[in-house]
Amino acid sequence: MTQSFRLESGGLINRDKKISFKFNGKNYFGYEGDTLASALIANGVHLIGRSFKYHRPRGFFGAGVDEPYAIVQLYRNGETEPNIKATEQELFEGLEAKSVNCWPSVNFDVGAINNFLKIFLPAGFYYKTFMWPKSFWYKIYEPFIRRAAGLGTASIKHDKERYEHKYEYCDLLITGSGPSGLASAYSAAKNGAKIILAEDKSRFGGTLLTSEVNIGNQSGKEWANSIISELKEMPNVTVKNRSQVFGYYDHNMLVMSERISDHLPKTKKFHPKQRLWYIRAKEVLISSGSIERPIVFGNNDTPGVLLSSAAKEYLKVYGVLVGKKPLVFTNNDSGYETAIEFKKNGIDPIILDTRKKPQSEIIEEAKDMNINIKNSYVVVAAQGYKKVKSADVAKISDNKEELGSIENIECDCICVSGFWTPTIHLASQSGNKTKFNEDIDAFVPGISKQNEKTLGSANGIYTLEETLKDSFEKGNLLSKKITNNENKVSFPNVVEKKSTVHDKFWCVPLPKGKNYKRFLDFQNDVAVSDIEIALKEGYRSIEHVKRYTTLGMATDQGKTSNLNGLQLVSKIENKVVPAVGHTTFRPPYSPVSIGAIVGREVGKHSKPTRKSPMHSWHEKNNAVFVDAGVWLRPRYYKRGKENLFEASKREARNVRTNVGVCDVTTLGKIDIKGPDAAELLNRVYTNAWLKLPVGKARYGVMLREDGIVMDDGTTTRISENHYHMTTTTAQAANVLSHLEYYLQLVWPELNVNVVSTTEQWAGAAIAGPKSREVLKKLFLKSDVSNEGLPFMGYMEADLFGVKAKIFRISFSGELAYEVNVESDNGYFMWEKIIEAGEEFGIQPYGTEALSTLRIEMGHVAGSELDGRTIPYDNSLEGLLSKKKDFIGKRSLSRKAFAAEDRQKIVGVVPLDKKTSIPEGSHLVKDSNAPLPNPKLGYISASCWSVEHDNPFSLAILKDGKNMIGKKLFVMSPLKNKVIPVEIVSSHYVDPKGERVRS
Amino acid sequence: MLQIKCPHCGMRSQNEFSYGGDATVKRPELGKEISDQDWDNFVYNRKSLRGKHWELWQHLSGCRQWIKVQRDTATHEIFKILKANEEIS
Ligand SMILES: [Zn+2]
Repeated sequence: MTQSFRLESGGLINRDKKISFKFNGKNYFGYEGDTLASALIANGVHLIGRSFKYHRPRGFFGAGVDEPYAIVQLYRNGETEPNIKATEQELFEGLEAKSVNCWPSVNFDVGAINNFLKIFLPAGFYYKTFMWPKSFWYKIYEPFIRRAAGLGTASIKHDKERYEHKYEYCDLLITGSGPSGLASAYSAAKNGAKIILAEDKSRFGGTLLTSEVNIGNQSGKEWANSIISELKEMPNVTVKNRSQVFGYYDHNMLVMSERISDHLPKTKKFHPKQRLWYIRAKEVLISSGSIERPIVFGNNDTPGVLLSSAAKEYLKVYGVLVGKKPLVFTNNDSGYETAIEFKKNGIDPIILDTRKKPQSEIIEEAKDMNINIKNSYVVVAAQGYKKVKSADVAKISDNKEELGSIENIECDCICVSGFWTPTIHLASQSGNKTKFNEDIDAFVPGISKQNEKTLGSANGIYTLEETLKDSFEKGNLLSKKITNNENKVSFPNVVEKKSTVHDKFWCVPLPKGKNYKRFLDFQNDVAVSDIEIALKEGYRSIEHVKRYTTLGMATDQGKTSNLNGLQLVSKIENKVVPAVGHTTFRPPYSPVSIGAIVGREVGKHSKPTRKSPMHSWHEKNNAVFVDAGVWLRPRYYKRGKENLFEASKREARNVRTNVGVCDVTTLGKIDIKGPDAAELLNRVYTNAWLKLPVGKARYGVMLREDGIVMDDGTTTRISENHYHMTTTTAQAANVLSHLEYYLQLVWPELNVNVVSTTEQWAGAAIAGPKSREVLKKLFLKSDVSNEGLPFMGYMEADLFGVKAKIFRISFSGELAYEVNVESDNGYFMWEKIIEAGEEFGIQPYGTEALSTLRIEMGHVAGSELDGRTIPYDNSLEGLLSKKKDFIGKRSLSRKAFAAEDRQKIVGVVPLDKKTSIPEGSHLVKDSNAPLPNPKLGYISASCWSVEHDNPFSLAILKDGKNMIGKKLFVMSPLKNKVIPVEIVSSHYVDPKGERVRS
Repeated sequence: MLQIKCPHCGMRSQNEFSYGGDATVKRPELGKEISDQDWDNFVYNRKSLRGKHWELWQHLSGCRQWIKVQRDTATHEIFKILKANEEIS
């Protein structure tokens, strides 16, 4: 197949290396250095998709990041990715791409009836259409819209590619390698500053690659190449291509995405696909250039209508003709550059210039080349459906309101230049309040907010000489400030032929009797008429107009549409553009893949996994693990074909009848030391702590200042000024911060130190009537009798040569002990416990049995201490000291907290003693009451009571105190269950607490 | 992401810190009588300032010290940073 639109020679592509690729199932070839767009155009493919709303045919409009149309679904190495701009995607061997937003195919598109049948989807169509009948939405409208619209499909497969994050610091970050980026980087680099120069495209040089200018005695391109090669050699400079700085955040942090492998058929071994850079720069030079803006005319979305700068780039970089009968429609000199390029390559263009008598060197050159120039002429409408076939043109009056008689000119492309819009996204994101520059009809950065300066055309400076001068100077000044070096670079002499005068004309009036659609936003199909409707309907704020019409809301964020939209609003409203204001620029500047944002934090790297020292024992013994915060804890130990329910019942029952052992390493542990330690505890906990003797543990509850229970646990007095505090697994970190807060800020006079020792100790809870027998075998030298180690007692003991701490505390309601050893000895301790317990029928138990045991005892845990309950609600009011003040005490006397009928914890048993009660269910009086049925309380935790062999739950119930013995209903709309229940005491087992003391 | 200069550790990234609210709120003395209104002001009522704001941060993944930071809530500019025991002037 020949490439009918490829020039014989020229361009920056490597013609020695052919690359084959597939588009919509058809095979094509291009060259190394092509983009998918340039290769398709070279092959004469001009139709690439359908528009979002009207499904009108779409071609190419730009040649880079500003492209609103050419979005494809990409297939690479067995993976697929949506939302890829064909103008940015570099060609690689075996590339496959498909059109998006056309169903069933790009050439025949069902959605196009939206266009042909004139079922108009005007401004606000999202709000007005498909709204009723309501029931149609889910079944008919939404699936239809989803199928017929949309910009590609995200892969549902796991992404095998690797994405990395990198943190970097530099003196100067320079965003863009056009003339201003290169000049500023060069002068700053000469002063020894540490520089990162980022270029979005694969080639450095920006507009220097495509414009006919001279710098020094070199062409622009040669100058760019020599500067970049010199920069690359300098140790203080990092130059990065395919790297887009897409966000400017607080404190001069910018984020850049580097596309390392996207241009390759497959990612190299050990390479990431993309890398996200978090860059803290002392100074930022924004050299992001400008984007050509369109002139609005009838059918200006027809394939073949494109930016004049894009046409020039396809010619000069890729050796590709966007058409063979080009019409150039311009209001400034830029269109002449494009026309001259066509002419040089043997193609005869026609220039329509809206200006009456423009004068400049480049216009003279065009005239000398015998290019047909028509002054005061405009394109009224493009003609052709899937490709431009001709253009209706007309002379326009001096006041730009009256059209002359319509003439038709045959052409196959219309290259439009409506002058240039500075790319101010980064400056605006930095907090810089932009200002409107009348001369260029566009916004430019105002006063710097952070350490940022904008250079060159991004700052509205459109002459090369001025750009270079300013950039050399800024680079020099800013770097000198940092490095205290100055090596001034001599300023080269610059030759540029075009002038920077433009005609403030941007929208061609409609001819009489014609109702052509004139598009502003090409990706979201927003036309002039849509904005007019929105304004007629009373929308005024530009932010509202944007959302109502979706102007500038597509994935290109209005790079080519914003200013024309503003021009229109300002014209209708008879306001100046700055009074209309522009919408907010938000990062990312251009879409960034989710993979790059997530980086390495996927799968098991998404959070740390903490394991106890006994973890491998649990694994060997068929533990099924559960996430407990960042910890992995055994949920149950599977025997044979047991399920969770059977195993946890067996384990819990064994604790009640024999003895069990549970890994409690994950409990938070805080070491508290200092002469005022007791005083601190006394203020933090609700009960009294000043008189706790050495060698004794005490249960305590701590509140937040608002009276809500924060955490509970036991604290043991190890020695005179040394305490060992335990917290729940979940609250460990918060409790430590809480203590530090009071010690550092509120009561700095207290002489106390706190430190987390959670990971220093391995813990095992040995629980059950036979637990003392196990202990006796473990600690041969110690007296662990009821007298020697009474309930809430503490001792240090010798475990076969290992130092251990024994706490006689119980969470299960049984006689129980907690043994701690240094973490390194955890595994040893565990094995010894299992060994010693064997003859007593010891079994390990997991968190499920642990829960069962605590629930049937009525011990509160995280599901009751959920940040909504006060001590009374949890029947912990007995722990509130009346004699002393403590954190949160004052709040408890607030009216609602002291109400007589306040919620309180109760037990719940189903009347049939069989039906399990789902956690989170509601308690109601009457299961048949009309909705919304008044809720009396909720089920906080459920288990199968092994003591009573029936289901048992805890609930937080309004007026719980007076509800014992009452019959209510549990309702779970989620599980579709209604269960008649009886309210009982929350202490379902051993209500007097005799076992723990036995 | 902000950069906060911990008076103990130096310039660090915001993700090492956790936010702790208004630094000018003083906890009422323990054991002292206090009206409902004053207590509510201490526990709940906070100004939502636009502009300079003294606030607490804890250098959680660093020295664990609570520090006082004067920050502009609109622009994130940080003006002054004090140690826990230094009074806001
Ligand atoms: Zn610190």
